[in-house]
Formats: sequence, structure tokens, C-alpha cells
Amino acid sequence: MAEKIIEFKNVTFSYGKQPAVDKATFSIEKGDFVGMIGPNGSGKTTVVKLMLGLLTPDSGSIRVFGKEISGFHDWQRVGYVPQKATNFDQNFPASVFEVASMGMASKAGLMKQLSKADHGAVEKALEVAGISGLRNSRIGDLSGGQQQRVFIARALVSEPDLLILDEPTVGVDQKAQHEFYLLLGELNRKRGMTLVLISHDVGVVAKNAGKIACVNAGVTMHDASSGIDSALLCAYGNDMGRVPHHHD
Amino acid sequence: MLEFLQYTFMQRAFIGGILIAMLCAVIGVFLVLRRMALIGDGLAHISFGGIAAGVFFNVYPLLSALVFSVLAALGIQKLKQMKVYSDSAIAIFFSFGLALGVVLVSLSHGFNMDLMSYLFGSILAVSENDILLILSVGLATLAALVLFYKELFYITFDEESARASGVPVESLNTMLLVLTAVAVVLSMQVVGILLVSSFIVIPASIALPLCRSFRQSILASVLIAVLSVIAGLLLAYYFDLAAGGAIVLVLVAAFAAMLVCKKLVVK
Repeated sequence: MAEKIIEFKNVTFSYGKQPAVDKATFSIEKGDFVGMIGPNGSGKTTVVKLMLGLLTPDSGSIRVFGKEISGFHDWQRVGYVPQKATNFDQNFPASVFEVASMGMASKAGLMKQLSKADHGAVEKALEVAGISGLRNSRIGDLSGGQQQRVFIARALVSEPDLLILDEPTVGVDQKAQHEFYLLLGELNRKRGMTLVLISHDVGVVAKNAGKIACVNAGVTMHDASSGIDSALLCAYGNDMGRVPHHHD
Repeated sequence: MLEFLQYTFMQRAFIGGILIAMLCAVIGVFLVLRRMALIGDGLAHISFGGIAAGVFFNVYPLLSALVFSVLAALGIQKLKQMKVYSDSAIAIFFSFGLALGVVLVSLSHGFNMDLMSYLFGSILAVSENDILLILSVGLATLAALVLFYKELFYITFDEESARASGVPVESLNTMLLVLTAVAVVLSMQVVGILLVSSFIVIPASIALPLCRSFRQSILASVLIAVLSVIAGLLLAYYFDLAAGGAIVLVLVAAFAAMLVCKKLVVK
């Protein structure tokens, strides 16, 4: 059996009285490309924040790379592209290279200056993301699609084994989106990187991801090839006005 | 030409002024980008309470101001964690410091001339003790900023991602506030309590729109602050002006010039 990268067991988390995540049990294995879908307010972002240790569950256990999350410190193995990453202060004076090198913060360690090798790693990540030519541009001068690639590069800098993306293509044009998913597919297949992609776009997820995680307070996993209809049903219930049917 | 440098008081003013300018310019870039431009003003008013307490109880006033300012910085951070809005938290401490200062002044029966020099700065009159404190504390603060540059930059740009990659965001935010508190007390010597925030905010505000990278912004901000201190001190020396006021007026003029140049370039 493949190595478990993320493992949730009976995880519950509430912001107020209403649980946002309710007894979620699922696991993500090495090499998976998981698309996480669910209606607005279903708890997708909360699940991701729990995975990243940004929120602490009320009950249940979370393991990251086989370690209990409270004792996990190897965060350079996890790359994260937050929702609204491109929603930053567009006047912020930072070059593309500088933004990408933020990804070195945990790998290089507190108080350490970046070494030559670290700089090399940043250059490499910019190349993988296809934006080497923009390294000295001011981040705010780039298009939405280009900015998105800078944040991918930032997440790739520490050569993570797991990359988590929260609605990465919001505000990115169609062509850039297409290229973006090609890049993700390549990272997954060629580099064996485990990917978790949150999206409200079921079509995109079904096309690109190998597994689908339906989030609706709980989390259920489906194979993207066979389970798309049942996956939709689990996430959206009957509100979609769609009649479920099965291909046999 | 450089005859003013024969005087010990001018040497001290230049050394102290330039170091404090560098410190404030670096901190200013972080504060301006985090929309915390007025925290300097808040902490300066709190330091007024510290100065008054120092004068009243006969303690070295810079030291008591330093203690007040740092404690208030920690207090503001604590209130923020207790979900008080940060501008309200600043306002609460701001008034508290001023109120305490005024009460202590009234208790000591009348306005002490010493206090005036803290309100408007007295860089031309710093003592040897002052300059030693400025140099040691200033250099230590600058060193802390350099050591944590990478993390502070990350947090300033994107706090959540920084947290997700394991950067100790809360501790570093507290540290930045404490360093600001220290910088404020030191810059009181140069420009005085009432002018501290322009000293912190203007160099960064000039540099930010002109620079393509963060490193450039920091360097430009430092250069602008240092040149303004030099220009302000020279004006003060040759035309017998208040040094603090002269420095701030030079900064404001530089800011206006930047706006005009930018407009011309854009056209």
C-alpha cells in the first residue's frame, strides 16, 4: 500500500456551534492528484487549513507524512498556494524572484540568509513554473495568470512532496488556466508530487484529478474515472436538480 | 567647509541622527506596508508618559521611556490577541501615556523645560550617555531586523502563507512592535515625540512607489532618511533652526518632489 501523506480520523472542527467539518475520515496517498469539491461553505478551505496546521481540530486526529500533526515540523515538505493568493496589495514592492524565495523561509531556517544553493533552487522553481524571464519584474505588474505562476513557484521552491492549492485559478483567463493544469499534471506524473486541488469547478476537477474528495462537512473519496456522478450527489445533494444515473 | 564637524555636539548629532534614521527607515517600510503607519505616533505619546515618569521619579528619562514604550507595544499586541481592533488598542495606550504624562507634570508643579526637548527633539544637545545608549540599542535593533529580514518580509507580504510554512508569525509580530517601540524612543532624541511618525513613515512612503523590489525599497528608504538627516542638520546649523523640525521639513519636501517627478514621468 502506498505511503499515506495525509490521514484524517474522525476530525471535527467548529467555528461557532455549527461544525464546519464533521467527523471527517479520509486519507491521501503518495502520488495522488486529489480534486476537492463541494458547495460554498461546505468546509473545503477549513479542511485544508486543518491539514496545514493553521487550525487545530476540536476532536479527532490528523497525521501528516505519518506523524501526528502537532509534532510535525517538516513544513518545507508541504507547498501551499492559498485562496486569493493573487489578492495581495498590487503596489507591494517585491520582485518575482523575491516572492518566490519566500518559499525558502522554512527550509533555510530562522535568521539564516539564503545560500547560493537556495538561490539556485529559486531559479529552478521559476523555470519549472515557466516565468524565469520575469524574475526581476515587480509582482504587481504581472497578469493574473503570471502572478499565479509566481505563487506556484514559491510553493515549489522547497521541493515539497505535497502541494496544496486552494482555488488557484480564480481570476485567471481560460488559456492561462489550461496551461496551468498542464503544469500541475506534469508535476504529478513526472515528479510524483502529491497534489490537493480545491476547486468549485467540478468539470476541471473531473478532467484533471485522479481522485475526488467530496466535502460537505464530512469528506468522502471517489475515483475520478468512475465516481463522478456519485461524487456530485454526495457534495451537492439533490439541490442541483440533477437526476443521478449510473454507467454500468 | 566641514568646520561644523569640529564640534563634539555636531559629531554626536550626525552619528546618532544617521543611525536612528537608518533604523526608522527600515522599520518604516515594514510598518507602512502593513498599514501600521500610526503606531509610531501612538508609541511616541506613550513614551511621553515614560519621560514624565523618569523626570518625576528622577530616573534617566530615556530609560523609563524605553520601558514604557516596550511595555505598551506588548500591551497593544495582547489587546489585539484579545480581539480589540488594533487602532483602538493603539488609541487606548496613546491616551493613557499622554494622560499619565500630563498628571505627572502637574504634580511636579509646572512645565519642566526638559520636557520641551523631548517634545521637539534635541539631537544637537545629546549627552555622551545618550549617544552611548543610542549606539548600543540602535545597532542591536538594526541587527535584529537584518537577522529576521527574510521572515519579516514574508509575513509583511502574506501572513497566512508564512504561518503555513512554519514561520513563527506571532512572535515575530511582537518582536517588530518591540523594535518599533525602541526606534520610537531613540528617534524622540532626533525629532521629538510629536514628529516621530513622519520620521518613520515618510522615507518609506517616498521609496515604495519608486522601487521594483523589496530590497531596493529598504535601501532607498535608508538613503532618503540619511540624506534628509544630513540636510536637516546642516540647515539647522547654518540657519540656526530647530533640528527636528528642519529634518522633517526636508523629508516632506522630498516626498512632494517624488510626487511631482512621478507625475511628470507618468505623463
